[in-house]
Amino acid sequence: MKNLMMAIAALLAFAVSPAQAAGKLSIYHWFEYIPQELLDKFSREFDVEVTMDTYDSNESLLAALKAGALGDYDVAVPGDYMVKILNQEGMLDTIGQNELSNRGNILPQWVDVDFDPGRKHSIPYQWGSTGFSVNRNIYQGDINTTAMIFDPPAELKGKINVLDTSGETLTLASIHLGIPQCTQDRDQLKKLDALVQGAKQHWASFNSDGAKDVLVSGDAAVGMIWNGFGAKAREEGAPIEYAFPKEGYIVWMDNVVLLKDAPNRANAIKFMDFLLRPENAAAVTNYARYTAGVKGVEAHLDPALAKSPEQNPPAGQKGFFVEACDAETQPLYDRIWTRLKQ
Amino acid sequence: MAGGVSSSGGHSVSSAYAAVRNWLLAPSWITIAIFMLGPVLLMAVYSFLTKEFRGGVLWEFSLASYDQFFFDRGLFGDEPPKLHWTYLAIYLRSFIQASVATLLCLAIGFPTAYFIATRPASTRMVWLFLITIPYWVNLLIRTVSMKFLIRDTGPINEWLISFGLLEAPIKMVNTDFAVQLGLFYSYLPFMVLPIYAAVERYDFALSEAAADLYADRWTTLWLVLLPAVRPGIIAGCILVFVPSLGAFLAPDLLGGAKNFMIGSLIEEQFKGAAGNWPFGAACAMVLLTMVLVAVFLYARQQAANARGGG
Repeated sequence: MKNLMMAIAALLAFAVSPAQAAGKLSIYHWFEYIPQELLDKFSREFDVEVTMDTYDSNESLLAALKAGALGDYDVAVPGDYMVKILNQEGMLDTIGQNELSNRGNILPQWVDVDFDPGRKHSIPYQWGSTGFSVNRNIYQGDINTTAMIFDPPAELKGKINVLDTSGETLTLASIHLGIPQCTQDRDQLKKLDALVQGAKQHWASFNSDGAKDVLVSGDAAVGMIWNGFGAKAREEGAPIEYAFPKEGYIVWMDNVVLLKDAPNRANAIKFMDFLLRPENAAAVTNYARYTAGVKGVEAHLDPALAKSPEQNPPAGQKGFFVEACDAETQPLYDRIWTRLKQ
Repeated sequence: MAGGVSSSGGHSVSSAYAAVRNWLLAPSWITIAIFMLGPVLLMAVYSFLTKEFRGGVLWEFSLASYDQFFFDRGLFGDEPPKLHWTYLAIYLRSFIQASVATLLCLAIGFPTAYFIATRPASTRMVWLFLITIPYWVNLLIRTVSMKFLIRDTGPINEWLISFGLLEAPIKMVNTDFAVQLGLFYSYLPFMVLPIYAAVERYDFALSEAAADLYADRWTTLWLVLLPAVRPGIIAGCILVFVPSLGAFLAPDLLGGAKNFMIGSLIEEQFKGAAGNWPFGAACAMVLLTMVLVAVFLYARQQAANARGGG
């Protein structure tokens, strides 16, 4: 009997341990943002066992790293302003000048960026915009204004979903008012507070990870959404159109960063180099429906993307990156957000 | 649980067993110390520390978190302090929702438990089995399924419209009704099972005796059955009330996350842009204190009843 138990235990141990790979790579990534086939391809090519955990906002990435996850992961994919914050917090490792053989593939406009001058810690992953999509069966008028969210027409009242993150929702509200982000001006902050307080009665829900589903299911007729996620919602059958509001919208870039104390630094560098190859960057774009920051992806892209309205804004648009407020200003925005969700 | 061993032992255990009993209990005491007291103490300490910008703490004593909880200094933090209703209102809402969920569960759960306990012994297990089947599925899946059922284009509204009973769909999703429904549905078995256990042990000869003494059915229920099964009812109420208080799946998924609940307010302090760990810890401590005070008052009243009724 004892022998039988031991035999079963040995068999189980054998069954659950994956085939031995030469190395490991531990990724901390957004949800629904990289195709499994691409991870498998990397795994096969470099004989590396890849594990991935996911997060749903830049802030929860920061919180997890602060709470002790630094040292568990090799790479993460923070947005623009969060790259700057992680760097200020000393959580990023520096990539050597000659470590990435495909460094030259980065598009020129993304080589020297404000949030990481000289790209010392990061490479571009994908970029896109945060705006909103409107259900065209319910509303046929002009949708290219942030009033759709903050001062909606009668047809759309009570059918609006906003993202459940203060950064994006309050930034879009600031764009609607035409006031700067991270302001300390009292009149401007009072106007911002009054705007969101007044608009909330027209909102049905605050939902980020379900932003696509509420549009597909018809629970919301207007939904704040990231452009690629909006494209996916449309491709899944939602009769929606992505707006390019005249007041402006949020532009962002996600970046693969090399984390400090990475347990598998060499494999992390290989992975970043792998993602800088045009065919691999294109695979991410084909999956996530955003835009790559790498040269030469066009030949590998899904032809539908070239015509996709979400990826092809009309000329002359105003895009704003989200700013990271300083320690004196951030509590003001936190207070507005808490009052809103009271 | 090792703790169960001692309680079922009773008085018949040998003295040799009594000697090792403390050792047998050690695993549960150690588990409680490490995994319950440890985190609570850590939280108590953190709530008195200074917040570090964007998460984390500075090891300097501060009452700022409790000040933020109880006093309002206006949007810009420089008005004279007055009692703060923002956070208290969030707590009050959570308490009301948890109370309503508990009452609903009791109203449905008690008759159900009574029904099951009065079936022939051979079929009771089948009824209990039926009650637990839906709960083999993960809570998140059940909550999402509930949303599918009650949404504007969901089966309930579509059937009512197709039968001509409704012109336009009833708005159910993203309302307080949906949150209440979700809480009630999630925790119903926690009410049924302890009450069932109590009613099953109840000696129905007592009800017959009451009837023989000309008590009508209501009097028998109020004066004989309910007092006898009261421990089961109280256990059920606590098992429903406490998790409802901290629930955030139902409020987020069914209620649209429009208003903070205690759970989501605390989550925001750790995972959101606020990144205020001491304040999150203070919110949790305030909740813990409220629950402890309520339990303490209840225990004292029970003790007084026991003395008076003895």
